[in-house]
Amino acid sequence: MDLLNALVAFANFVFIPAAAYGAQLALGALGVTLIYGILRFSNFAHGDTMAFGSMVTVLVTWWMQSAGIGFGPLPTALLALPFGILGCVALVLFTDKVVYKFYREQKAKPVIFVIVSMGVMFIINGLVRFIIGPDDQRFADGERFIISVREFKDMTGLKEGLAFKTTQGLTLVTAFVVVVLLFWFLNRTRTGKSMRAYSDNEDLALLSGINPERVVLVTWIIVATLATIAGVLYGLDKTFKPFIYFQLLLPIFASAIVGGLGNPVGAIAGGFVIAFSEVTITYAWKKVLVYALPEGLEPSGLVQLMSTDYKFAVSFVILLIVLLFKPTGLFKGQSV
Amino acid sequence: MSDTARNTLYFAIVAALILGTGFVQSWNSALFILNMGLVSAIMALGVNLQWGFAGLFNVGIMGFVALGGLATVLVATPAVPGAWDAGGMRILAGLVLAIMSILSAVMIYRRMSASRLRGVAIFAVLAVGFFAFRAVFDGGVDAVEAINPATSGNIGGLNLPILLAWPVGGLLAAGAAWIIGKTALGLRSDYLAIATLGIAEIIIAVMKNEDWMARGVKNVIGLPRPVPYEIDLQNSASFIEKAEGFGFDVVTASTLWVKLLYAGLFAVVLIILFLMVQAALKSPWGRMMRAIRDNEVSSEAMGKHVTARHLQVFILGSAICGIAGAMITTLDGQLTPTSYQPLRFTFLVWVMVIVGGSGNNLGAVLGGFVIWFFWVQVEPLGHGLLSVLTSGMAEGSALKEHLMGSVAHMRLLTMGLILLLVLRFSPRGLIPEK
Repeated sequence: MDLLNALVAFANFVFIPAAAYGAQLALGALGVTLIYGILRFSNFAHGDTMAFGSMVTVLVTWWMQSAGIGFGPLPTALLALPFGILGCVALVLFTDKVVYKFYREQKAKPVIFVIVSMGVMFIINGLVRFIIGPDDQRFADGERFIISVREFKDMTGLKEGLAFKTTQGLTLVTAFVVVVLLFWFLNRTRTGKSMRAYSDNEDLALLSGINPERVVLVTWIIVATLATIAGVLYGLDKTFKPFIYFQLLLPIFASAIVGGLGNPVGAIAGGFVIAFSEVTITYAWKKVLVYALPEGLEPSGLVQLMSTDYKFAVSFVILLIVLLFKPTGLFKGQSV
Repeated sequence: MSDTARNTLYFAIVAALILGTGFVQSWNSALFILNMGLVSAIMALGVNLQWGFAGLFNVGIMGFVALGGLATVLVATPAVPGAWDAGGMRILAGLVLAIMSILSAVMIYRRMSASRLRGVAIFAVLAVGFFAFRAVFDGGVDAVEAINPATSGNIGGLNLPILLAWPVGGLLAAGAAWIIGKTALGLRSDYLAIATLGIAEIIIAVMKNEDWMARGVKNVIGLPRPVPYEIDLQNSASFIEKAEGFGFDVVTASTLWVKLLYAGLFAVVLIILFLMVQAALKSPWGRMMRAIRDNEVSSEAMGKHVTARHLQVFILGSAICGIAGAMITTLDGQLTPTSYQPLRFTFLVWVMVIVGGSGNNLGAVLGGFVIWFFWVQVEPLGHGLLSVLTSGMAEGSALKEHLMGSVAHMRLLTMGLILLLVLRFSPRGLIPEK
């Protein structure tokens, strides 16, 4: 029995990766939930919006790398991020103007918006593939680890190592800062309050003189920012591949719904719920259990509840359970 | 121009396009477009049933189509010798165990009053059930996958005629649709979309990873065919005689003849299904569906059970997609799970329905043919267009190479644009609902 090593193995293989992934999902789900709260539809183009913002960031990163601009131990992508955000904002504002605005004025049914967002998804997806191609792209640089396995072992003298990647630390810090800023904005500023008012009750908000187009504009800007940050963090942490972002749509939607669509706090909670369930259910627990259990009781198999290929199934099952038993989500969302 | 004349004109144009392909490119590609056009029309009919009749938004068509494909392997391939003895029964027993534990959890949920005890009981039953399932199931899977993994390693099928797989594919898809419909219908319309998106991804994941079922990504090739093989035709004296009588080269004649036979089979299915959905649309049931679609509250006030009707039509539509999926796999002669791409099997069908005219069966059929034609031909067209656009650029310039290399992605752009333009400027489609 060796609880300390078990704990380290747990942190290394489950807790840290799941926390980073959860932060990425939470940022993505925040975007979905904001669109849902203000524009009142599920945005299927969100995954590809993330891909587009990340793509611009990747391109600018490459240019910076070739020009010899670096960010010391941090990834150059952080310097390129503002450009990615700008590109993404330009894209979503353009689509809003030429596509969504028309249906808003018509007061079209939500399902029409969903179909339209699917068309937008198609186009953005095609655009991204057209520009950068469908393959994996590497753009991470800088220091790889905050703590590497070797350093950790030397430091603590433990048998089990712990690696803490720069991208993971970066994800957690960035997500935290972004979320704090977002909540400060929503709760303290005039524009943020008008957004919440509009989301709670559109008619009353209009009556009190809130300009709906301005609310929508600000929402899109925030959503594009969140999407780009989430996309770049995911790309840095794992890999940039256009199709991956389409596949992320499912866990992101699951996070938003589990937390309660339209509820920002719920989106963050939902992101972590989904991420931790995915990782704990698809992780092979043998290593941790070997340390944690008394000798003789060690498991012979991998103790993996499900193979990693089924991680999407995990978020899906959680989604189904929530839909069956608590369709408004853990934190009360708007959806019934 | 009357409706009939206009519709005839549309279909005449489609026929001319396909014939034109035959004259300009080759008859083989024309027949390929025709065959896949027929299947696409069937898929569009299924989606039109869900969207056009009932206003249900299904983004998981790919999953239902893939289940149809799976059915062909499970029904038509010969059983792998020894697989059932080695572990087939164990797999089956494991699956039964899993279903039983889920059912008993449902029973507990229904029978016991809401309390913490109920939660604990359900969790305990599911946990025990899961580990029992894995204990029984995994051994069976390992045993089956160990049998000659290079060529089989799966359980094989029932060795029945492949035409039987078509209705079975429909049944499999209907089963999946029932699970999804039960959970997601009756909630907001977006939830069905998200749930179907999920189930499609999961069905594909299962098909890629459960090698014992249909070999996963190792693919199943050489599926039995409902039509003769080209090589047999080329060796048959009577066929050679006929082909030469018509002045055809024997090899070309055999490939054309096989494709024509497929076209005949597909056309029969399409006509049967078309007559059925057309009858449904005109029946009181169809009017009720449209009434529910247009105003759920008032239909409910008239005593219609909206959620139950939605479930019904959702299952029917998905079953049609399953049948089409089995037909596609039969035509390909192989099952390749990696070929199921959402953009190709889900969104393309949506474009077909919306361009053709949602709510109109004839429109769905037309949309199936038109969009499939453009899906096939956009690539050469895009290639030509880009060649013209880049003709001014220096030979070998990086931009030119990049543009020419990305032609394949033009399809997505074009389809997305078509969808948005039709939705915006002609939301009722080519043949509008009456």
